[in-house]
Amino acid sequence: MDPVFLSRLQFAVATMFHFLFVPLTLGLSIIIAWMETQYVRTGDKVYLQMTKFWGKIFLINFAVGVVTGITLEFQFGTNWSRYSEYVGDVFGSLLAIEASVAFFLESTFIGIWVFGWKRLSAKAHATVMWLVAIAGNLSAVWILTANGFMQHPVGYTIRNGRAEMTDFFEVLFNKFSILEILHVIPSACLLAAFVVMGISAWHLLKKQHVEFFTSSFKIALVFGLVSSLVAGFTGDLHGTHVAEVQPAKLAAMEAHWETQTSAPIVMFAIPDQDAGKNLIEIGSIPGLLSFLGYHDFNTTVRGLNDFPADERPPVAITFAAFRTMVGLGTLFILLMVYGWFRRDKLMESPTFLKIMLFSIPLPYIAIEMGWVLAEVGRQPWIVYGLMRTSDAASPVAGYQVMVSLIAFIVIYGLLGGVGYYLIAKHAIKGPVSLLADDSKH
Amino acid sequence: MELQTIWFFLWGLLWAVFFMTDGFDFGVGTLYPFLGKSEEDKRAMINSIGPFWDGNEVWLITAGGVTFAAFPKVYAVMFSSLYTPLLLILFALILRGVAFEFRGQIEDAGWKRVWDLCIFIGSFIPALLFGVAFANIFRGIPFDGQGIYHGNILMLLNPYGLLGGILFLLLFMLHGANWLAMKTEGDLNVRASAVAEKIWLALVPVAVLFLIASAFATNLYNNYISNPASIIVILISVLSLLTIKVYLRKKAYFSAWCASALTIVSCTFFGVIGLFPVLFPSLLDAQYNLTAFNHSSSPMTLSIMLGVVVVFIPIVIVYQMWTYNLFKGKVAKEEMEY
Repeated sequence: MDPVFLSRLQFAVATMFHFLFVPLTLGLSIIIAWMETQYVRTGDKVYLQMTKFWGKIFLINFAVGVVTGITLEFQFGTNWSRYSEYVGDVFGSLLAIEASVAFFLESTFIGIWVFGWKRLSAKAHATVMWLVAIAGNLSAVWILTANGFMQHPVGYTIRNGRAEMTDFFEVLFNKFSILEILHVIPSACLLAAFVVMGISAWHLLKKQHVEFFTSSFKIALVFGLVSSLVAGFTGDLHGTHVAEVQPAKLAAMEAHWETQTSAPIVMFAIPDQDAGKNLIEIGSIPGLLSFLGYHDFNTTVRGLNDFPADERPPVAITFAAFRTMVGLGTLFILLMVYGWFRRDKLMESPTFLKIMLFSIPLPYIAIEMGWVLAEVGRQPWIVYGLMRTSDAASPVAGYQVMVSLIAFIVIYGLLGGVGYYLIAKHAIKGPVSLLADDSKH
Repeated sequence: MELQTIWFFLWGLLWAVFFMTDGFDFGVGTLYPFLGKSEEDKRAMINSIGPFWDGNEVWLITAGGVTFAAFPKVYAVMFSSLYTPLLLILFALILRGVAFEFRGQIEDAGWKRVWDLCIFIGSFIPALLFGVAFANIFRGIPFDGQGIYHGNILMLLNPYGLLGGILFLLLFMLHGANWLAMKTEGDLNVRASAVAEKIWLALVPVAVLFLIASAFATNLYNNYISNPASIIVILISVLSLLTIKVYLRKKAYFSAWCASALTIVSCTFFGVIGLFPVLFPSLLDAQYNLTAFNHSSSPMTLSIMLGVVVVFIPIVIVYQMWTYNLFKGKVAKEEMEY
């Protein structure tokens, strides 16, 4: 049992599971803070009802997200000790700052929000929700800054046999991290908007709580429209930056083997990693890869065969993940634009509502595929160009990792099942009348 | 003072604050099946820690985070050597965290029993294992110059390690019982204060035994011999432990809780001062010891992080104290959210 492989698998299970819950937390916290603010401003009880209904879904989701995040910080030590001692000087400080600056704020104020309905004024209570939303997103900013260092290490030098920080602000304002932040946070908002619209669509299709869910749907629609456009735009910027600093990832995500000018994009391919070519290629558009990567149809794009075989990422996974993400992202923009024109005729658009209901899983798939692209496409490096994943694992016995991996799968599987069951149960039940139940949310 | 020295004690302080804050909710969770006779009792118990446990747990993340930032090699060797116990703690914390949220979602006795069990396990396991782990750190961990661990999980369950586990467990249970005595009313309050006195009686001999055993199993006392003024920490921990009893007699439960908090912090510092400057001693050979001086981060990182911690940790303390103040008093029935 190879501890490196098992540790990679374990980290993949733990992060991908964690990230099923994080984006909804990030996006929904902002939506709920906005709803609660509307309640404070207008005094309209429907907004309070919305805050409580969506708030409950938020809290169940938050619980699973927050507990699964704790294991991630410690897995760098348990499973990736060589990595930790090599880059801890830079990477460790970002995680420590995340905890002290953002995570404390989020975790403390979420408790106040849940228990403080009677002890705070409506205005203060809404402010607390904004603090939760800001802190959660600020947490993401620090974690993405840390990830940005793994993708494109800057602001360090190799000294005393490890990477030591030389310029904190270079690490902080790493262009790669900033583009990741600008892409991931809108994507998380988009996901949250889709969840709100999907659940609302279910009730609207059943013609129940029409006013409540029409209003919720429309709030989420504005949110989703803006986020889908921003995510698409920053995704493109991010892609060109990847082309510049991670050429092997670019080649892998396009299954581009031979270096050539006016490099084409293939719509569909089955790459063969060992043979160094695509077995099947369908729909090739000449020059498009050069244009998308470098904004010039004639640029030469380096192919995978010009990278040493042991510096090529797994091509099939990277290629498929990228295509899935971009395809879905395009679909989201189309749905949001269409929805914008149907916004006042929702009840007369059952097909659109059905599509939105069945679309709930799609942003989850898109966002997970985005991470698969980012992380698998970075291989064989754990820190791009600096340290290989195979040199990064802890000197622990394979059986230990095997046991913990199984424990992760079993516990997370149960947790995810129960968490989504409870969210679905609550979502289907619909909003509780405030007259019957004044103190609960 | 050198940056490394400052960071060594900050490291100790963060662990101490984590044990002090999450300690009482671990204690409440451990006492939960024994004191929670009725559904009403149980809800009062979990709601008493409801607004706080999540914020308390972040002290663990921060303690782990600064270990990573200030002493990366220590973080790497410590957590890979203690692989299995650490993951057991983390899984326990996961189950506990969701249990609070999930328990009240479905009105069904069987469903509630499952999450009741998770609350107990999720509090009991970390309380015990943190004690076992830290006692073993005081004693030394069998790792070599490459940071490779030469042992198995059963070796951690040596008599001194187990004694440390029992010490932590009783400390947290007492801290939790004091909290419940302060936050609850009626019959539950009577039972909580009675159990606090019983735990205190059990804790005193364990604490004495631990202080004596430390002389044989560890080198902690060397620092106290070379610097006798530091013995004051031991005196504080003994005195605060004794005052708990006095306050319990007077039914001054808030004071008793403060005294148990001080006991936990001073007990942690008993170990931290004894270890200085070693963060992670090797049982195989003292030359492999990871110290604050030979395995810290670069001066630049230590300075930046010091700036961050000096600015933000006081802010955190202020808003957390504000939270405790906001939710002071007995747990009110109409405010039970779990």
